[in-house]
This record gives sequence, C-alpha cells and structure tokens, in this order.
Amino acid sequence: MSNRLFPAPHDVETIPGTEGWQRMYPYNYSFTKNDVTRKQYEEGMFWFYDGLHYPEPTYPFDLIWDEAWYLALSQFNTRIFSVPPVYGVDHRIINGYVYISPVPVKDPKEIEERIGHFLERAGYYYQNWDALTAKWEEKIKATISSLEAIKIEPLPALEDKQVVFDGIGESKGYHLLKAYDEMIDLGIRCWQYHFEFLNLGYAAYVTFLDFCQKQFPDIPAQRVTQMISGVDVIMYQADEELKNLARSALELGIEKTLLAHRDFVDAERELKQVPPGRTWLATLEKARYPWFNVSSGTGWYHYDKSWNDDLNIPFSSICIYIEQIQKGASIERPLEAVRRERDRVTAEYRALLPNGEAQAAFDQLLQTAKTVFPYVENHMFYVEHWFHTVFWRKVRDVAAIMKEHGFIVDIEDIWLLKRGEIKDALWDLVTAWATGVKPRGPAVWPPEIEWRKGVMQKFREWAPPPAVGIPPEVIQEPFTVVLWGITNDSLKAWSKVRDAKNLDDIKALTGFAASPGMVEGKARVCRGADEIRSLEHGEILVAPTTSPTWAPAFAKIKACVTDVGGVMCHAAIVCREYGMPSVVGTGHATAIIKTGQKIRVNGSTGEVTIIE
Amino acid sequence: MTMPLVCWFQECNRDSLALVGGKVSSLGELIGAGIRVPPGFAVTTHGYRQFFETDGMNHKVHVRLNGLDEHDAEALDSVSAEIREMIETAPLSIELEDQIAEHYRHLSTHCNVPAVPVAVRSSATAEDLPGASFAGQQDTYLWVRGVDDLLAKTKRCFASLFTARAIAYRLRMGFDHEQVALSVGIQKMANSAAAGVMFTINPINGDRSSIVVNANFGFGESVVSGEVTPDEFLINKISLDIVRRTVPQKEIYYAVDRASHSCRRLDLPAERQSVQSVLDDDVTELARMGKRIEQHYGRPMDVEWAVDGDMPTGSNVFILQARPETVWSSQQPPAAPAASKSAIEHILSSIMTGKTMA
Repeated sequence: MSNRLFPAPHDVETIPGTEGWQRMYPYNYSFTKNDVTRKQYEEGMFWFYDGLHYPEPTYPFDLIWDEAWYLALSQFNTRIFSVPPVYGVDHRIINGYVYISPVPVKDPKEIEERIGHFLERAGYYYQNWDALTAKWEEKIKATISSLEAIKIEPLPALEDKQVVFDGIGESKGYHLLKAYDEMIDLGIRCWQYHFEFLNLGYAAYVTFLDFCQKQFPDIPAQRVTQMISGVDVIMYQADEELKNLARSALELGIEKTLLAHRDFVDAERELKQVPPGRTWLATLEKARYPWFNVSSGTGWYHYDKSWNDDLNIPFSSICIYIEQIQKGASIERPLEAVRRERDRVTAEYRALLPNGEAQAAFDQLLQTAKTVFPYVENHMFYVEHWFHTVFWRKVRDVAAIMKEHGFIVDIEDIWLLKRGEIKDALWDLVTAWATGVKPRGPAVWPPEIEWRKGVMQKFREWAPPPAVGIPPEVIQEPFTVVLWGITNDSLKAWSKVRDAKNLDDIKALTGFAASPGMVEGKARVCRGADEIRSLEHGEILVAPTTSPTWAPAFAKIKACVTDVGGVMCHAAIVCREYGMPSVVGTGHATAIIKTGQKIRVNGSTGEVTIIE
Repeated sequence: MTMPLVCWFQECNRDSLALVGGKVSSLGELIGAGIRVPPGFAVTTHGYRQFFETDGMNHKVHVRLNGLDEHDAEALDSVSAEIREMIETAPLSIELEDQIAEHYRHLSTHCNVPAVPVAVRSSATAEDLPGASFAGQQDTYLWVRGVDDLLAKTKRCFASLFTARAIAYRLRMGFDHEQVALSVGIQKMANSAAAGVMFTINPINGDRSSIVVNANFGFGESVVSGEVTPDEFLINKISLDIVRRTVPQKEIYYAVDRASHSCRRLDLPAERQSVQSVLDDDVTELARMGKRIEQHYGRPMDVEWAVDGDMPTGSNVFILQARPETVWSSQQPPAAPAASKSAIEHILSSIMTGKTMA
C-alpha cells in the first residue's frame, strides 16, 4: 500500500549487521511473519513509538519495566476494572524501540456488559480513593522494605560453620538464586501497584481536561495542570531535606568546610574530625533514607543515578543553598504565592464559564481531578525513585558476583542481558560453584555482550518511525490518550531536528510551553545534576530532564529548557512556581545548544531560539 | 446644576448620553474605569443648542426648512447647502468660544504640546433621536491645530446635521429639526505608531479565556477595513501571556494627511513589511486593559486601540473605542455536562467518547 501514513509493521527493515537482534528481547515482542493469524492482527493495529519513555533503544534488562507495565496496565483495564471500550495496551519492539498499541473492544454488546462492571468497580475506587491510596502506601512501603532486606552475598569457598551448627540446610548458592528471584518478583509486584490507581487517575484528569478544552478551546495544558496540581508534593521532600542540611551546617558553623571541597569524600573526612561535623553527618545520614533515593533522572533507566549512588550530587546542592543563605536570599518555596496563583487562575476560568450549570460541572470535575492527582504526582517517588534506586543497586550487586566469576567483563555489562538470561547464567554459575567445576558462561556471555553493544549502537543511529500500522479514528484508552497526545506532537517537532544534516544549522527548537514568559540569556548545558554547581546567576539551564535533585539550580537560573518531559514534569512545575519561562520536551536541546550561546526561551509558545 | 457648554471626557459617563452623545460618554465611562484614553473634551448638546439660540439661528433654519418636500432632491440640496453655509460662517457665542479655547489651551498644556493636534468628531445622541444616527455620522477631522481651526471644524460638525439626507430623513419620520442635537468630541490625536482592534474573546472559536489583538503600523483603518492581513496575537486572558503570534507581510498603512485633515493610505517600505508592528510589552499592556474593560462592562468587548509614538513605553497604549462583541455573545454557550451526574459517570462518558486522532 503506497498511500498509507505509516509503514506496515512487517515492512520495517532490520538494520544491516543486527540480524538476530530479536533474541535480545522476549520472543513475544517481535512482529511475526510466520503466524498468519497473529500477523493479520498486527497489521490491523496502530502501533506508536513510545518516545517519551524510550528516547533511546531499550537495554535488554531494562525491558523488565516495560514487561511490568505491559502486564499491569492491561490487567487493570481488561480484567479488573473492566474499562468498557478498551482492553489493554499491546507491546512490540522494532530495532530496539518500544511500540505500543491500545486494544479496543469491538463488540457493542460486550462494551455494554463491561459498563456495569466498570461503574461498580472503578466507582468503588473513586469513592474510596483516599482510604485505598492510604492502603497503597502501606503495600508499596512493605514491598520496598522487602527489597531492601534482600542480601546479595558472594559465594564462599567453604560455607560458614554456623550453617552446620544452626542446622540451616541451605547454601549461599541457593540463596543467590532465591534472592534474584525475589528481586524480580518484587519489581513486578511494585509495578502491579503502580498501575492500581494510575489509569483511573489519568481518566479523571482527561475528563477534566476535556471539559476545560470544550469550554476554552485555547486553554494551554499547563493551566489545566496548574489548577489541579498539589503544592505539598512528596517529590519535593528530598529538596527540603537539603535545605535543612544547609541551615544546619550554618547553625553548626561547619559551612566553610563544606564550601571548601568539591568532593564529598574530602569534606566528610574533615567533618569527622570535629564534634559539630559529626553531628551534621549524623543528620545527613538520617535524611538519606529514604529521601536520598531520588534519582537525578526519571529513575526509569539503569543509568539514572540517585543521590545515594553519588553523594556529590546532594552535596553540591547543599553548597548552593548555603551560598544562597549567606547572600541573604530566601531558599523557601513560595508556597503561599503558589497557592494564591493557583486559586486565582481557577477562579478566573470559573468566572468565565457561561452559566451556573457549567460552573457546577467544573467544580465537580475539578474536585475529582484534585482527589486523584496527588497519586499521579506522588507514586513516582515510591516506584520510579525509591524502589528503582534500591533495585538497580541490588542488580549491580548480582553483577559484581557475575563479574567475579567471569560471566561479564564489567558490572555495567549486565544490562545487555535479559532477566531470564541472568537467571540461567546464575544457575550455571551456582551449579558450577557447587560442583567445583568451571562454568560454561564465561565463554558464552562476554562475546554475546560485545555483539549486543554493537547492535545497540546501530539501534541508536537509526531513527524509529513515529508509528506503524493503521491509525484508528478514535483512541479511548486513557493512558494512551495522554501519552499519544504528548508523543505525537513531540515526534513531529523532533523529526525536523532528526532530518537536519548538520546539527549546527539548527537554530530553533520546539517543545512544550511549560511555564509562560520569554527571556534571553546565556545557555548552560548541564548533562547531570552533579554539574549544576557550575551554573552562574542569570544563566539558562539546558538539561536532559530535571528532578528534585536539580531543585537548587532553579534559584540561580532565569529559564529552563529540557530534552524530555511534559507539562506535568518537574521542571515545568518548579518554573511556574518561580515564575520563570520553561520549555520542556524539546527532544534534543542538550545536543544542539552549547554552553555560552545566547538563546531565547519562549515558555508561552514552546519555542527556543539560538540567537548567537 | 446648570448644564455645561463644554466638559472634559473624564466628567462624562454612561449617564451623559444626552449631553455628550454616545462616543464621548463611552470614552468617559472608560476613563472612569481606569482605562487610558487620549485626553479631550466635548462641546455638549447644550453648547450646540446655545449656538442655535444665538442670533436667531433656529428661526433662520426653521424658515428655510418650512414646507420643504422630502422628495424634491434639488430643493433639499440647495437648502442644505445654504443652511450649512450659514452655520459655518456664523460666530459662536463669546462664552462658548472662550470655553472651547480655554479647554483647548488646557489640553495643549496637559499634553505638553503647543497647539496640540486634535481629532474633531461628532458624537451623536442616537438613542433618544434616531434621526441623529444620520447626523454627519462619519464626520471626523484629523490633525486639527489651533483655536481658529478648531472652532471652524466644530461648526462643520454642527452643520453635518443638515445634510440633504439627514433633513430628508427627519422630514420623512416627522422629527422636529429643533429637537435634533449633537455633541462634538475634541480629542488629542494619538501619533499612531501602530493601531488596530482587540477582541476580549477569541472571535474564531468563542473562547472567553482568550484575547485576540490585530495590529498594523499607523492608524487602525487598515485593520478595520481589512485592507491588510494584520499581525495577530492570541493572549491568554488569565495569565496575559502571548500564546501565539503571526506576523504576516503588511503592504500598506494609514497615516494622517495634514492638508486634508484625513487619513491617507500609504505603501509600507519593504524593510518594515514583515516587522512586528507592536511590541510584545505593549500587547500585554493592551490585553490588561482589555481585561479591565471587559470586567467593567461585564461582557466580551470589541475594542479599537492605538500606540502613541510620542509617549514613552508604559504609558503609550490608548483605547479609542469599546463596544460589546456581538457575534459570539448572541450564541448558545457550549453545552456543559449535566452537573447532576456523578464523577464516575462523567469519566465513563469521557472514556466512551475517546480522543479523535488528528
């Protein structure tokens, strides 16, 4: 078919030199040609590239979270809440990139039947939202504690005597296999909880958004978000801990020691010498758990470092706050002003509605959206940040043992293996250890990993089409509605950049208008949160994404531009609080803009221009 | 209280219609609402009547109109010319002349411009006298300077009530010529660097949270008449930021022609054609004023505005006219979902509707 908008899924060609890449991912993720029924189904569906979650090709191990949400989201839609017109969201991989497709319910009679169940079941969740989310918090905390309690221990040449004297009857080899299984199980469980509320939350948000857009066709998404956003969001707590540590350092008179060092290890050594230093270190240690489990990225990928992984990140932020206080600047969040502004915006929109009936509907939908939104904002701290941070660390502990036994050359090689392959390798490793022979793995995995690294590189250089298959007229799946709305627009804007021959020729970028206003200034590209100390006052921050880890940067800058994110992302929320312009989700700002360039950021239109 | 012959705009409001006519009373109303309007004053209908009571002018006019046949075009024309000639050459009373001159001097001092150029316009009391809507409705003299010229143009406005067409209309409707009255507005000429219209609603989709500004260089005529595709700004009414802008090529503009006291169409120099005609800050200021005007009147408004090139940024945006927007305001609002539905029912219907793929 020549007149189609998007290529057919089976027509996308394998990149030369990557033949056989399918074995890097679960077999059910490949588009198939030899299963006629499945092929027909795949051809009739619309698969869009989930570029928001997967800007890069996915590492085989990292696909665990994709599998986890594939299962979780779908089961809640299809089997638990019975969302009437949609089942789940199907997943595939093309050349390393994840494509997803919402599955509609086609039989009108079935939709009718599902409505009754939905009203009863989802209705119960909406009605008991607060009680159920309180229960959720208990469940998720218990899951995280279980993960933290898992011990990954090296395999001894001879087991400890106590194994005998206590009559334990189990080996460290068995424990390693068991620990790995438990980790994986907890990860999947954690994502079960992740989607328990999320799609219901999105559905309520979309309902309010729909209403606002119908009444006010021009309303920017950032305004809708502003009306329903919470102010005391748990994601901010980590930053509050840093501010407290800055204040405490000044009270204890140890700020000079902190400011004198770039590396936390050096500062720590000196602080340990004096009692106030030790007091401060104790406060720091208390703040670390759980708050320093925030990731400096989204937490979604293995390469997102948390504060606990690299104390230089929070250390650098504490120093910025100390300097701010010394200068007499306020480091408090302007909570009252934020609330006032939110209430003003809400009241003004409400007053513009045509009549009392519309106002009553507005009030009701706003209230529902506000009830569900704290979950939408807060779940990330528990799942993507706290749980994932601990999880990535445990996987690295497993990797250390595999490296010790020659299964991988470097700890970071583990991400090139599927979770099932790791399980197989660990069996090989443990049985060989138990048997007292050489394992098979050291000759199998390192060359395979080398080959996969080459494939990943080729994947990175390939541009995934925004979608494959046949677009439906209407999308009804709430998560997809939110995601596609974001993804489709971004991909269109990004394609211009992708098609450019020379990155230096690109002088303009488009992203989401996240926080209004327009400024010009000098750009500072910071690829990681550990670089924010180099920011100078009045510069414009250009970053891959931001999280609470980056919060101190906002006290110095006058605008913010990010590669990834939507109107609900951290940078957007914080910039609105500070009243500074922000454009997020530009796709490629950190690749195109260079430190020192003069740029113009228009947070009202979403445009970023390189001036000189 | 005696009726003033002349009064300042700021002394007027929506209750001053009979005294100063629609245009001036609405400018006074805007000033009262805290809106920046080019300063000025009005010769009131009382001043107009006094003129007609001086030297038996009423009688002279009456005599000439007596027995006139509304269908006799030739007679209408000649009588009209005669009456207008009479009005334009008759002196004003010393009292009225003094007051106009005094106000004009004050205005010049206030604007810090000697013999300040003004626009002289008739302001009709159309509401209580339908015939008056014919009364020299287009009579506007731009760039009038000095007391003598001002007095002459004021009388010309008076005379505009006696065009052949206006006379015929009153004859047909049976209105007494002596009941006709008119006010004349005298307003500082904005040195219009840019001008245009503003809607405090999106005229395309009826969104009440938007403000749309159309602009071009020079006077607003090029925008009002549709002779150019103007610069267009979409402003969010709640945050006052510019959400979208288009700056097309604009080939012409209007500037004042001092000799003819009117607006003249000119070509825009090539290098200015694609330049944004109004600064972002001025657009924001304009939107802020638009929002206030809407709040004052309690409904979406259609506004004419200008940026005065003589004034510093921050005090250079002026409102020239404001009237209710009529297109969307007369339509049904979008149907709101029934408030009686429960949250889950709203959500269900939103899911069932889904999102249409663009």
